[in-house]
Amino acid sequence: MAQLLYGGAGVVLFALGLWAFLVYTPLLRKLIALNIMGSGVFHLLIAIAERGELPPDPVPHALVLTGIVVAVSATALALAMGRRLEEDEGGR
Amino acid sequence: MKSAGGLVIGAFVLLLAIWLLWVVQTAIDIGAGPRLAEQAFAGLPATGVSNPVTAVLLSYRGYDTLLELAVLLAALLGIWSLGAASPGFQAAGAVLQGMVTLVVPLLILAGGYLLWVGGHAPGGAFQAGALLGAAGVVMRLAGDERAGLPPLAAQRWLVVAGVAVFVLVGIATMGLGAGFLAYPIGWSKWLILAIETAATVAIGTTLAAAYVGGRPWSHADVSGQS
Repeated sequence: MAQLLYGGAGVVLFALGLWAFLVYTPLLRKLIALNIMGSGVFHLLIAIAERGELPPDPVPHALVLTGIVVAVSATALALAMGRRLEEDEGGR
Repeated sequence: MKSAGGLVIGAFVLLLAIWLLWVVQTAIDIGAGPRLAEQAFAGLPATGVSNPVTAVLLSYRGYDTLLELAVLLAALLGIWSLGAASPGFQAAGAVLQGMVTLVVPLLILAGGYLLWVGGHAPGGAFQAGALLGAAGVVMRLAGDERAGLPPLAAQRWLVVAGVAVFVLVGIATMGLGAGFLAYPIGWSKWLILAIETAATVAIGTTLAAAYVGGRPWSHADVSGQS
């Protein structure tokens, strides 16, 4: 039950992020939405790593650790690109 | 947001979410199928660390972690190539400054602890690096223009330290006759610790430098730089 709660929360986060990503146009909102989608995926991976009585599977844990760092660096790069775009367009 | 389009998209996303929830429920009901965990636990004594996550990250899948550090480095190079950083925030008041002088050493201490504990319990280079990066963010918010980082020449070395030590260890193990990043048993723990230490410093520096958000030197300095 707890596992469904964690996994379900991941699915809800993913769906919310996907919806916001598709509906809103500003780059910053899309970035935040993408990050929320990513959080949902990480949530789900962690929830699914533990199955029944067995000890949790370390491979999804390692995947999530890797994913968080890549997501953070990609977000930072996207933010820098967005700021540069805005500067070049004169703020519109 | 356009109301009609938003509603249609919302309906589709809702359907997708319900379907995904059903998939998750089914997957949980079926229970554990064949998984990599058993192999990961079986190989653990040979890796010199007792935390299986660290073993996956730095022993079994060392390549992936090396490439991940390269992704971090590439992202920072991208940020640096997009322009100069905006000037720092104004200097902090007495209260914030007091908090910073208290919190930053604690963050560094906790980072060191997490780095060491990663060998046998949850922790490791990424968590420790994230704490160091957070220390940099706090310092930048308190008005330090460089987020507590050393001058540019040193920053460059720190940022490549993770990838560099990783590759050097890999080449050294190749020289010993084993494969790239195939640690000899007995040395494994210390090689992993060396890589993790360098990776911690590199991740912390990269995250703090990424938060600064641009090249840490102005155009005037560039002509005199290299």
